[in-house]
Amino acid sequence: MLQTAQRQSKTKKPKTALPHERFLEAFRWMLLTRTLEEKLVSLYRGGLITGGVYIGKGQEAVSVACGLFLKKGDVFAPLIRDQAGRSAFGEPLLDVTRTYLGSRLGPMRGRDGNIHRGRPQENQLAMVSHLGAMISVTVGALMSKRFKGEKGFVGLACIGEGGMQAGAFHEGMNIAAVEQVPLVIVATNNHYAYSTPNDREFACHDLVDRAIGYGFEGYSLDGTDLGACLEVIGGAVKRARAGRPPQLVVASVLRLSGHGEHDDASYVTEEIKREPFARDCLKVAEQTIADLKLVDAETLVEWRKEAATKVDEAIATAQKEAPPEGDKEDWCALSIRDLVDDVGTIE
Amino acid sequence: MSITYLEAIREAQAKLLRDDKRVFIYGQDVGGTFGGAFKATKGLAREFPGRVLNAPISEDAIVGTAIGAAIEGMRPIVEMQFADFSSIALNQILNNAGTHYWRTNVPVPITVRLPSGGTKGSGPFHSQSMESIYAHYPGLIVMTPATVEDAYTMLIEAVAIDDPVVYCEHKYLYYHLKADKLPTEGLPTGRARIAREGRDLTIVSYSAMVHEALAVAEQLAPEGFEIEVVDLRSVKPLDTNTVLASVARTGRLLCVGESFPWGGVTAEVIARVTGEGFHLLDAAPQRINAKDTPIPYHPNLWSTHRPNAKEIARKARALLRE
Repeated sequence: MLQTAQRQSKTKKPKTALPHERFLEAFRWMLLTRTLEEKLVSLYRGGLITGGVYIGKGQEAVSVACGLFLKKGDVFAPLIRDQAGRSAFGEPLLDVTRTYLGSRLGPMRGRDGNIHRGRPQENQLAMVSHLGAMISVTVGALMSKRFKGEKGFVGLACIGEGGMQAGAFHEGMNIAAVEQVPLVIVATNNHYAYSTPNDREFACHDLVDRAIGYGFEGYSLDGTDLGACLEVIGGAVKRARAGRPPQLVVASVLRLSGHGEHDDASYVTEEIKREPFARDCLKVAEQTIADLKLVDAETLVEWRKEAATKVDEAIATAQKEAPPEGDKEDWCALSIRDLVDDVGTIE
Repeated sequence: MSITYLEAIREAQAKLLRDDKRVFIYGQDVGGTFGGAFKATKGLAREFPGRVLNAPISEDAIVGTAIGAAIEGMRPIVEMQFADFSSIALNQILNNAGTHYWRTNVPVPITVRLPSGGTKGSGPFHSQSMESIYAHYPGLIVMTPATVEDAYTMLIEAVAIDDPVVYCEHKYLYYHLKADKLPTEGLPTGRARIAREGRDLTIVSYSAMVHEALAVAEQLAPEGFEIEVVDLRSVKPLDTNTVLASVARTGRLLCVGESFPWGGVTAEVIARVTGEGFHLLDAAPQRINAKDTPIPYHPNLWSTHRPNAKEIARKARALLRE
């Protein structure tokens, strides 16, 4: 029955059935994300960012839907291409620019960079690079809330089709279903794990078929269609919150950038760029806005300007701030100072 | 009344569950009527319903789940069925729990119990001592209790500590070691214990090897040698000051550890003593570890593979005659 439902949802023509306000709100987060990430890319190219820059171009529609339906008290575990979701969940732009630009005032204080940031105390988990690892961490946070008697909460963890092939992902999915926690996993198949195409990543017919094997309910999604993203991911969040089994959403998109900005993605074939899933979700959403006359052209210009101003301000602020300094750093990896190991002295 | 090392671990967990609502136990076979492969949680699932939970064979996800729960305010105790299987959870322990406070300023108060060390017939995958690996990485506390009293008080302290603790409990000591009663307090973590006083040679050890060292000290006493035995209790933090003070008294150092010989706790102790107290030494410091092969199954091979009293005595005599 579940499988039938999935097939139906796959063949169903995507529609924009949600309230226009939500669509426009999501669009504005996407716009802000695109503006921010384009700016980060130029800073990187200008040599002003140390380390990598990882953007979510082409994945903003899926990502924004991940952040938009979460409320205060929900748990969010974003991954590397989830700027839109992070912003919609409430991450301040300054967290992004401070982390990328190495300000010591950022949430990671120069100790970790780029997308490895978070505010765990506000339920925005800080990812580690080892893919799949954050699924079980999200499960644990949700179990904790249940232990404490909280109600009505949900967790959402993002992954890509690359990370879905890691052992930790499998263990995390299984344990989520065993514990029956209110969890949504949004897996974005952007068709490349760094440079490796789908046919060298997995051999199953469709990744969403795995849902039933884990005890999840599974849904497929055209990730280039913002309306569909809001409907399907919003629905999954609602069902998880209502006590349905854990939810798996598999979205199809093309990564419209390199793995990171150091990567020219020359391995992405011309053929795949012509696939329907290779559309740019931001352009598709903008077309929907124009077709349905949701806002006029001047408003769009105004929104772009606002996004650029916010981004410029966040960058300017972070650029003015001092970086961390090695000889002033508190080199202590423990919260309990008395337990720090030292080489000792002769008394 | 007599209580074993294993019972002390069970009693500590019962006390923790009783005293602190944030505590729960998660691991393979810990719950139900079974109570763990070694019965370290026997009866606890019944006494504390919903708080002693069986988990699937998913060491990575078990520790990941504990990390998430800890970040969100709980105090999970994870039981690895055998220390050896914690290799599957290395990523979560080292890269997630161990880095979290440093990266985010949010500590991760998890306790991971590792039934460690060799017993007869257990072979390569049910005998390992992993403390050196965990001690190598930043952000973790590594406890290695050698006595019933420490097994009890250190586990209670492990759960109270806001940082992640790897608690290495020795399977050989589970039934062999008995005490009359449980203590109400113990030495703080990070403080080594002088298990036997002496003036001729310091043997630094931890976990089950403390008892081998004590046996050697006893054996060599009639020959006129007074051996001091230092029980590290925790290998990280490592109480270098107590070791240095002991070497200052004896002038000779032998370190004994059950883990593999490359690097590790014994090498670390010697590096610190030679670095900080070279002038205290009357002879080159020595160390004994297991052999650099996987741990063998057959008792005849196993008893030769691990450091044993005979080998420790041989090396101690050689050091004492230098």
